Formats: sequence, structure tokens, C-alpha cells
Amino acid sequence: MAKTIIEKIWDQHIVVKEEGKPDLLYIDLHLLHEVTSPQAFEGLRLAGRRVRRPELCYATMDHNVPTRNVTKIADPTAEKQMSALERNCREFGIELAHMTHPDQGIVHIIGPELGLTQPGRTIVCGDSHTSTHGAFGAIAFGIGTSEVEHVLSTQTLWQHRPKTMNIQITGTLQPGVTAKDIILAVIAEFGIDAGTGHIVEFTGEAIRSLSMEERMTVCNMSIEAGAKAGLISPDETTVAYLKGRRNAPSDEAFDEAAARWLALASDEGAVYDKTLSIDASSIEPHVTWGTNPAMGTGVSGRVPFLSEIVSPSDREAVKKAIDYMGLEEGMPIQDIEIQHVFIGSCTNARLSDLRAAAGVIAGRHVHPSVTAIVVPGSRSVKRLAEEEGLDTVFKEAGFEWRESGCSMCLAMNDDVVPAGERCASTSNRNFEGRQGAGARTHLVSPAMAAAAAIEGRFTDCRKVPALQE
Amino acid sequence: MESLRMITSTVTPLDRKNVDTDQIISKEFLKRIERTGFGRYLFHHWRFDAAGAVKESFVLNDPRFAGSEILLADENFGCGSSREHAPWAILDYGFRVILAPSYADIFYNNCFKNGILPIRLPQNVIDRLLADGQKTPLSLTVDLEQQTILRKDSGETIPFGIDPYSKEMLLNGWDEISLTFQYEDQIAAYENRKAN
Ligand code: SF4
Repeated sequence: MAKTIIEKIWDQHIVVKEEGKPDLLYIDLHLLHEVTSPQAFEGLRLAGRRVRRPELCYATMDHNVPTRNVTKIADPTAEKQMSALERNCREFGIELAHMTHPDQGIVHIIGPELGLTQPGRTIVCGDSHTSTHGAFGAIAFGIGTSEVEHVLSTQTLWQHRPKTMNIQITGTLQPGVTAKDIILAVIAEFGIDAGTGHIVEFTGEAIRSLSMEERMTVCNMSIEAGAKAGLISPDETTVAYLKGRRNAPSDEAFDEAAARWLALASDEGAVYDKTLSIDASSIEPHVTWGTNPAMGTGVSGRVPFLSEIVSPSDREAVKKAIDYMGLEEGMPIQDIEIQHVFIGSCTNARLSDLRAAAGVIAGRHVHPSVTAIVVPGSRSVKRLAEEEGLDTVFKEAGFEWRESGCSMCLAMNDDVVPAGERCASTSNRNFEGRQGAGARTHLVSPAMAAAAAIEGRFTDCRKVPALQE
Repeated sequence: MESLRMITSTVTPLDRKNVDTDQIISKEFLKRIERTGFGRYLFHHWRFDAAGAVKESFVLNDPRFAGSEILLADENFGCGSSREHAPWAILDYGFRVILAPSYADIFYNNCFKNGILPIRLPQNVIDRLLADGQKTPLSLTVDLEQQTILRKDSGETIPFGIDPYSKEMLLNGWDEISLTFQYEDQIAAYENRKAN
């Protein structure tokens, strides 16, 4: 029978299947960071347990790291959390990319870079954006700290078999419209709980033509559509990305692996529990105006009028959001002025994202009322960008060029948007207070963030012609 | 984990959709490396203003609901970040049961691991409870064994569904890891198959 990639990977990982129980699923790769792991290690220690397969774990420091100077953590509680991770990794034999290590970066950026993320794997991390790794055709999902402890001690998880969903992106994207705009448009169209209880496979012409980095952006935000995980069937693009990566197989073993990976792709005629579809050519560069990722529209659009919203509870939610965001109903998106620009996060801080932003910025200058920072997703992204001279492009334009980490995506370190101020951000969440108490976040693509940095307000990045290569 | 069988309590109505875990527990409280003590930070920015003063209008500050063990919420509760600090804060504050039409997947799982019972009820039932419960505090008895909720004022019994595995874990307060250890042979066998 024709099977989806979701069913193929799931079935290959069942350790125990019993009536009346979820499946006991084997986990191939467990990624860890400092915020969601300390209580799990403490649990192990209290129960006198060990880590079953430390070599299948990989840890990094990302959420709390300072991006100005990585050798100094001003906040003593953050410092305590990092040293806890260091101690835990040493005690339990887990490889750690310390803050100062050349491989350090946001956990979802370094997994793929290091070739740890591979098709067909089950991948977990105490972090909801683990869905990013699904871009390779893996089942990758976020878990809580109790589950982190469970995986550490058993390398398995009890999981109810999720339903399957196909989100088709048909047609071709218009030039200047990006992977970020696809996923924001999907969420705006179908809602932030469209995927609840499902693993989503993204299919269609527009998806096939995306690079691996762009696919990661799409899968990254499948959690914002409520999905348990998002993935894309592997193809030649996937194989080419993995070739030569440190943890990928090499030589003959690579060819064998590649054949296995390609065979995972969903079969012709495979059936999904639900299918949604959106036409790529209808998508514009997207901007969110509200306090959840579905509250957004194309750059030529406007904030809704309350009178257009039928359901009273939705109207109330939109009113609350508009108030929090300090906007007027019906206001054109391009009239919204911003004070901050953040180019970073596991959604959009890979090399191609920085290139896209630099392409818009080059030869121009950040608007005098805007503070703009670039936070590369990993130290490797930072090195490669510097080799290309992107750092100079950003700095000459008036951006700050920082060390890698989560930074202003969740503002756990000192990169905070002040209350009442507005940020054009390439990250993934615009919840109240996400970038700082009272801060107002608008989610956009890197090119749109760069264009906003120059203009001091939202503007269609396609209307900003490149000045220099 | 503490077992859960029957809870009788007034219900705190939180009439808001899509409550995300960033609101339940804000990032400034995620740096602690302990599992307990998060209750005082629950819904921090909704309970307190920037100067730290109590916001009277927020339902958790309404004295009529003090000591409540049941939280009544709306659709897609607990969306966003996977942080288990959210259920830790809810539990530490004193809630053992949540009622909502739907939950985000990770949050829903995290509740069970901490002895919290997240119950899914049809939207029209939740709407009715929210409307009534905001007027006059409602007293409910949640019986996990029977899978029923009894409304004290009207005597109405509302049934609810739950998967048998999660139910058994909660009723017994079992530690899931010890349970999984009973399958160690199967796990080892799987690893051997994979290695060859
Ligand atoms: S960059 Fe943001 S979303 Fe991504 S892992 Fe870090 S905090 Fe989470």
C-alpha cells in the first residue's frame, strides 16, 4: 500500500506496540540546550540513572548566550544555567558546543550544519522549533523536560500515532517572495491550530524548488501552525546538502544512505488524513500586525477593521492585539513605523538569509530612528558571512554585527526591545512580551526586515532595487 | 508524580483563546534550574503591572477564585514554546485540572507528566461554563475514574474522554521512566537490529 514518509519513518521506529498504549518510539538524535535540560539531568541524578546513549545526544548553549561578548555573562542565574549544562554534559558524557566553541549556534541551525540531522531519523529536543529538522525528511518534534529525561534514560518516548496532513504549495513564487512568506501565509490562511495533532508534510512545486535552508524556514514554523512536526520528503537537494557534512556518512556508505533516504519520500497515491492547499503565486511579502503568527497580511494590506470580523470572540482577540500593538484598525501596513530590526533566530539566521538582507542593505543606510542588529544563527554562519564580507556590508549600513545565539528572538539575554517600541523581526513568534515586556513584534522575512531598516517603516522589499552586488 | 482521582473545587474562568506558554510563564523566569517554585510567576505580566502592582481586573486576582484547583480555558490553550515551566507554574500555583476545547500538543503531553489533568470538552460546553462561571463562581467535581464532571449548582453531569494510558498513569501517579524500564529487553533488541 502507498505510504507517506510520515508512516514509513514512524513504523521503522516502533519498539513496542501494545493495545491501549501509545507506541514506544526509538529516538535517533537528541539535541539539548541550557534552558530545558537542567531539571531533566537533576531527575536522573536523583534517581541514580544514567544516560542510555550519550553518543546520540548533542548539546549547545544558545538561548541565554550574550551576543556582544561571549566570555562574560552578566546575569548570575543565566551563568548558573550554563555551568549546569557544562557540568551535566561532562558528568554524563555528552558532547557540548560550549558558548566559545567554533561549532556553537542555535540548536536547530547547528544540527543540519554538522550533518547530525539526516533523513529518516527521529529527532527530539526540549524545544518546539525542533520541527526545523523535518526539512530533511526526518520526524522531528519538540518535547518537554520530563520527556527529555525520559529520552536521556531510555532513548525512547511513548507517543500516540499522530494524524497526517499534506499542505500543498502549488505554483511558483513571485520573485522577491521567500520561504518565510510561504509559511506566514499558510498560518494566516489556516490558523495557528490548523495542524494540531498532525504531522504535516509540505509538498508541491513551490516546495520542491526551495533550497535546504529555505525548507528549514518553512518546517521551523510548522509549530506556529500548531503541527506536532513538519517535514519535506528528501530529494536530490537534500542529498546534495548532506554530502561532505561532518556527521554524514562518507564514500560508498554515503551513496547507500542516499538511496535509502530517497526511498523514504511519500509514495505516489499515499493518503493523508487531511490536505490543504495554497497557491504560491498568490503570496506577497508578508507582515504580521498582531500578537499571534496568524494575525498578518501581505505588505500591500492593512490591519483589519473590527467591523469586518464576524465572531465576537475573534473580534475581542483582534481588538486586544491591536491595542497591545499600538495600531489603529484599518491602518495600512506600510504606514507602520518601526524602531528596531532584528535579523536572527532559528527561522532566518542562516547564510542565505544574511545574504538576502545584505542584498537589500548594500550601499544604503539604516534609518536614523532605527536600531538594527544582525545575530548569525551559528558561529559557522558568522565565519562564512565574514569570509564573504557580509559583516562589512551590514556594519557600513549601520547594523550591529553580533555573536550567534537566540538573542532577541526571545530576549532572555540582554538583547531586549523596550516596552512600547516596535521591532521588525525575522524570528517566529510575535506573542505579547516575546521580545521584552511591552515590546511589539512584527514577523517578516530577512529582505523585508532589511527594507524596513532603511525606510524606518514597512515597505515592499521588491521595490528596493539592489544597488550593488 | 502525585496521583489524581477526584477534585472538587471552584473554577477559575480564563476567557481567552490561544493562550501561549510565553504568557503562562514569561522567559525571565526560565533561568532557574529547579522544578518547583514557579507558581508565583504564573501569568506574571497579566497579574502584575510593570511596577509590580496587582492588576485587579485579571481573573487570578479575583478573590472569589482564590484556592481554585480547576482552570477553565478556551481553545488552543498552551500553544507556542515547549517550556515545561508552564505546567510547573500551573501546578505550583495550585491547579490540578484544566478544562478547554483544545490544547497545543506539547503542552497537553507536558501536563500529564506532571500530574495535571487536561480535559477536552466541546466548545459549546466550554462556552456555557465560561459564561456561567464568570457570573457566579462554579463548583465542579472532576472524577477521573468515572470520567465525569459534576456541576454542583445544576446537578448536571458532563462526561469526558481520555486515552486509557494517560488515565492509568494519572490515577496511579506512576513514574513513566520506571514503566519504560520494564521494556528494556525490547529496546536493546531494537538497538541490535538497527546496528546489524
Ligand atoms: S531562536 Fe528563538 S525560536 Fe529558535 S530556538 Fe532560539 S529562542 Fe527558540
